[in-house]
Formats: sequence, structure tokens, C-alpha cells
Amino acid sequence: MTESTTQPSEAELGEYRSQAAAWFAENTPPPPPFMLPLTFMEVGTDEQFRFLCDWQNKVYEAGYLGASWPKEYGGGGLPRVFQDIATDEMRRHKAPIMLNTIGLSWAGPLLLDMGTHEQRLRYIQGILSAEDIWCQGFSEPDHGSDLGNAQTRAVRDGDDWVINGTKIWTTHGSYAKYMILLARTNPDAPRKYAGLSFFLAPMKIPGVEAVPIKKLTGEYGFTETFFTDARIPADSLMGEEGQGWAVAMRTLEYERNARGGQAGGYSITVPDAEETIDLARRARRGGRPAIEDPVVRDRLVEFLIENRAVELCAARQSIPPLNQERPLSLPLSSKLMSTELVRRMNEFAVSMQGAKGAYWIGEPDAVDGGVWQRAYLNAFSATIGGGTSQIQANIVAEHVLGLPKS
Amino acid sequence: MARRGGIGLGEMQAELLASAGKYCREKSPIDRVRRLLDDETGYDPAVWKEMVELGYLGIALPEAYGGAGLGIAEVVPVVEQMGRNLMGGPLLATTLAAQALLLAGTEQQKSTVLPGIASGTPASVALMEANGDWDPEAMECAAERDGGALVLQGRKTFVLDAHVARWVVASVRFADAPALVLLDAAALGRAEVRRETVIDETRRCFQLGLDGLRLPEDALLDVSATRAALARLELVGSLLVAAEMCGGGASCVDDTVSYLQTRTQFGRPIGSYQALKHPTVQAHVGMEQARSHLYAAAHGFDQPEEAEIAVRMAKAHAGTAFGFAADRAIQFHGAFGFTYECDAQLYRRRALWCEAQFGDALHHRRKLADLIL
Repeated sequence: MTESTTQPSEAELGEYRSQAAAWFAENTPPPPPFMLPLTFMEVGTDEQFRFLCDWQNKVYEAGYLGASWPKEYGGGGLPRVFQDIATDEMRRHKAPIMLNTIGLSWAGPLLLDMGTHEQRLRYIQGILSAEDIWCQGFSEPDHGSDLGNAQTRAVRDGDDWVINGTKIWTTHGSYAKYMILLARTNPDAPRKYAGLSFFLAPMKIPGVEAVPIKKLTGEYGFTETFFTDARIPADSLMGEEGQGWAVAMRTLEYERNARGGQAGGYSITVPDAEETIDLARRARRGGRPAIEDPVVRDRLVEFLIENRAVELCAARQSIPPLNQERPLSLPLSSKLMSTELVRRMNEFAVSMQGAKGAYWIGEPDAVDGGVWQRAYLNAFSATIGGGTSQIQANIVAEHVLGLPKS
Repeated sequence: MARRGGIGLGEMQAELLASAGKYCREKSPIDRVRRLLDDETGYDPAVWKEMVELGYLGIALPEAYGGAGLGIAEVVPVVEQMGRNLMGGPLLATTLAAQALLLAGTEQQKSTVLPGIASGTPASVALMEANGDWDPEAMECAAERDGGALVLQGRKTFVLDAHVARWVVASVRFADAPALVLLDAAALGRAEVRRETVIDETRRCFQLGLDGLRLPEDALLDVSATRAALARLELVGSLLVAAEMCGGGASCVDDTVSYLQTRTQFGRPIGSYQALKHPTVQAHVGMEQARSHLYAAAHGFDQPEEAEIAVRMAKAHAGTAFGFAADRAIQFHGAFGFTYECDAQLYRRRALWCEAQFGDALHHRRKLADLIL
């Protein structure tokens, strides 16, 4: 992956920021008449899907997505800092989320990192433009945390691989054109991991059926995905046959933000710390604003300290002398610390509302339309998806602290 | 809540982090820490002399007084590494005394005391009152003018290293306002000094009975600068104690991890059990977060509007995280953890001591609530 190496000047960056700010001020759409999903994982209706596809495409066309990806594959070819500025402005203008996250943040960087030139030419641009939506086929009904035990089979037959099995929790399963698929090519391999291969599998083919699953909030967004003698072309294989585990692990590093190179943008709009403080000003307890309650204040400050810690840990990753002893510590613990904080902060935001915390989306008297309740329940998607917090804790224990395997 | 500055690390900080890390590891292995627990002095004067030669005492002193002209941000990595190795000695107390003088000392006081400090004369501060408070507005110790002299009354507690300090800067009420006075060796010789029994046995803490102590009037620091100096001193102390906690917490986690790797029960290393593994990760992550706060607070320490929030966050987070790490360290060492021989108690006691210095987590969160909510 090549990137321009010349250091942009402060003036250049400032100029870029004001351009981006002006563009997002001008182009950020007003809220549509229907409810938008809080994150890319709850896209459950066609109108949500179309709206977000169009928005992502528009941002890409304007140059504010994939700005730091290589030009030859459809990116902007700029140093990373430009994309970070664009993302920052996107957030500041509370623009809608980027839809195609699995492509933008996991499959895309993976292709740029480990894919062939041909694969990049074929897939990268469609990821950025939202023409090609991507999904991920890792988890199976019986193999979630124990991913290495995945049983979906891929059998070579002439110029095809024939896929049989079931994947689950497939975000965008109903919309995706491609899936990054982990399947077993050799059931007799001496180690379970050695029998796995990694595919860039087309989804809109016979033998693939995606059945939506209703989430705990009542929303949709992921599917159970059935493969019945689905034939995918031989060149769908990514990397070598039998090395799928290593590719999958690399993918998870992107997914867990332990490795950089994502296209940019953001895909999760859970209420942040500032908004939680704002809620405390508006929510009332015992006839007074919640923010005047000393117990509420102390809890809020605890959250703010922790929230700040998560931000600072992210920033600290780029200061090598402060990561010398355990270089993997911050990258491998970032998902655990941030997702658990968000879950607890939203839980607190619900309880802060007192009796009104029991309202739900659709109730006219619900505080902020029930967004906090929805955010809290949806927060579990991040503490469970991409490796549960308990698996993350095992990873930190084993790979950072050197504790023995469970 | 206003956007605040981020984390950063200066070249000297990075260098001191590495060199002090190596030095403290060599000079303060755990068996030496333990030998010094019963030692009346509490530290090895030869090591102190080396630390002076390494320039640790002059880091945050201006060059005019024999220092290196750097800031408290550069003292942070040294204190962190001392904490990492449970190292004793009057560095913290001396640094605080020097800062008190820099903040509010008269030119004559500074030129008398600071060069000595840079070349290794221990000093200390006496801020805590017998009522357990150090709030300048609730001060019970007092000074009164009597002819050309000041006469003191009251009792100061938790005065670190008063047994070796040649100078002590003490807070008193004077003319209805908080003031600071400089006690020299002669005055200290006349004060009533009693060693306190404190939970952290690596510390040497004392009470100073000041009743009837007469000082020359020029012992008074600049009264007009005192309120601000005391506020700043609280932040300096909080930041350095947070540094010590970050170091201590990291070692505490290391120790626990190494026990979990080697101790076996039911034929397995106990570190393979998630009931022990996951809280250990929680302790580790807590200390990592505390360290991020620490370096952000050090980085922004010279920006007054950022410093207070960042330091209070660092102190609050470090206190909670170190407390948790050390508490679990005892528990996870099983019955051995209940013994004096197990090092877990050293960390737990250190964490409790640090938590009580310059305000516990609750105190800082209470202050933060008014600053950021």
C-alpha cells in the first residue's frame, strides 16, 4: 500500500479542513422521515439502506472517503491525516454513518494489505462507492467464540468451490454482493485451524439464502445465511488454501481497530459523553435536573474520566516510548475498553431518566425518542460481536500478559 | 466540556523514562526494599547521592539555581520508575519543597535553599493538619507576629522525611490568610518531631509540633503568592503521586501475572482460570488507562486551564486502578497473599498511602464535577 510520504503543511491541512467543513455543512442531509439506524449493524429496511448507500456514495465522490487509499484503486492517494480530518468533520456535522463498514474497515484494508493487484482493482472502488456491499461470514450457529472450529465446507470441483453450511449474525447479509467467508477446505487437517481457507465469495448466486434475524431492539440488520451447494469461482480464494485462519485473524485486527488503514468515516452514532452530560441537564430526578444530584454527578465524572482514558489510550498508541514494555497492550485492549464503557455509559443514561427510563421507542413521552434505551441494548452488538469482551479479555491475558491458555 | 489537549512525550521525558527505569530496577530490587522497611532512615544514602549526581533533584529547578531548567513533566517519569520499584527516599518531599519555594519563595529564600536542593540537601513540605485536612481555608496551624519574630502554634502531620530534611516549608494561617513559612534546620531542631506509624512502611512520616516555635520574620514566603502556590502545589503533589501509583500498579500487575503463571492447582497453572485471568486483565487495563492520563496530565501541566482537570483525572483514575490491582493481588496469591512475606501487601499498603495523599479519588471527582459538569 503506497501513500504519499511528503509531510503536509499546517496551512494545507487547515485549508483541507475548511473545505471539508464547508462541504459537510452544505451537503449533510436533514433527517429523513423514517428512523435511521444508530450503527451500520441495524440497517433493516430498504429505505434506510438506499438512503445510506446514496450518502456514502456522495461522500466518496466528494473525496472524503478513502482519501488515503491508493489512487490506482479508487482512493484519494493522500496522507492519512487528510482522511482523519474529513472523518472528524463528518462527525462534527453529525452526518449520517457510512454504511459499507465491513468493506471500508475490514475487507478493504485487508485487500490492500494482503490481496493481489487484480483483487484490489476488482473490489476496492466498489467498496468505497457503496456499489458493492460486503458482509462477513465467520460465526456459525454452533461456532461463535470458537471460530477456529467453523464447519462450513468448501469443496473444490473443477473451476469452482462448492460451499455448504450456515453462517450467522451476517450484518448486511440481505444486501451484500460479497462476503469474506471462512470455510473448511480440509476437514482432515491435523490442527483445526489448518483446515480453513478464506474466500471473497459472491452472494447473489444460487444456493445462498439470507434470512433476517430480529434483534433484541426489534430492529433487523443481520441474517442467518445458508449455503446449499453454492458454487463460487476458484479465484474467490484469498491467500493460500489452508491459510484462512491467518487471514481471518488479520481481518479481526482491522475489525477490532488493532490495525490501522481503514477507509475512514464512522459507522456508529451512539450518544457520546457530551450528550450524556446534556441528558443529565435535561433529565429530572426528584423534581430537579439530574445533574444537580451529587450521586449522579459522581457517576458522570467517573464515566468522563474513563471516556477520556479511552481517548488518551488511542492517542498513546502512536508514542512508541510509552508502549515499549507491552507493545500489543493498547491495540489488543482497545475494543474491550471502549465497547464496555459505551455499554455501561448508556445503561447509566437510561437509569438517570428515572421512571422515564422504562419508555421505549415510539412512546411520545420517551426522552429523546428512546434513543438511550435503544443505544444501550444495541451496545451489546459491540461487546459481543467481533469477539465477545470475555474473548477479548482472554486475548489480552494470553497475548499481552502472557497468561496460560484457558 | 471544553476540548482539552492530548497526550505527548518530550525527548527528555522519553530519555528519563528509559534511564530511570534501568537505574531504579538495579538499585531497588525487592529484597533491598524489604531490608529498608525496618531501617530508621528508610533509604540508602549512597543511592540518594547517585540520584543527586544523575541530576534527579534538579530536573525541575531553573539553571540559575543549579537545576536543569526542565519542568515537573520531566520529573514524572523518574517518580513513576521509583514507584515501579517501591523505591524510598526523600525525592518526592524535596521536589515539593523546591516547587513551593519556586512558586512563592522570596529571592533570598530561593537562592539560599534551591542550589542546596539541586546538590542533594533533602527538604520537605508540611501541609497536612492534625484534622486530616490541608485545605488552606481550614488551616488550624497559625503564625503570629511577636516583635520582630513569628511565633507558631499547631501541629502538622504527614510530614515526609522530616528526619533528614534540612528545610521544611509549612503552611500556617497568618493575618487571616494562608501563608507559607520556611523552617530551617535550627527551627526544626526546636520543633517537636515524632515519627508517625504509617501504613506504607517504605515511607518515613512525621508530625511536627510547632507550638511556641519562633521564626525570624523573613521565614515568611511571599504572602500574596501563597493561595495560588498552594493550589498549584496540590496539583504538583497529585501528579507526582499519580506517577508513583502508575509505576506501583504496573509492578503489582506484573507480580500477580508471574504468580498466576507459575502457581499450579488441580494440575493447571492458576492463570488459566478465567476467574483469575479476567480481573487481572481489568487491573492491567485500569493501569494502562491511568498511565495514559498521567502522561496527558504531565504533557499539559504548564497549561493552567488544562492542568487541573487532567491532573485530577490522573490522580482519581490511578488511585482507583492501583487500589483494585493491589487488592486483587492479595486475593489472587491465595493464602500466601495473606502473609507478610508476599509482596502484594507492599503494593496494597503503598496504594492506600498514595490514595490518601493530596486527596483520594472521591475528592478529585468532587472537584472535577464542578470543573466539567
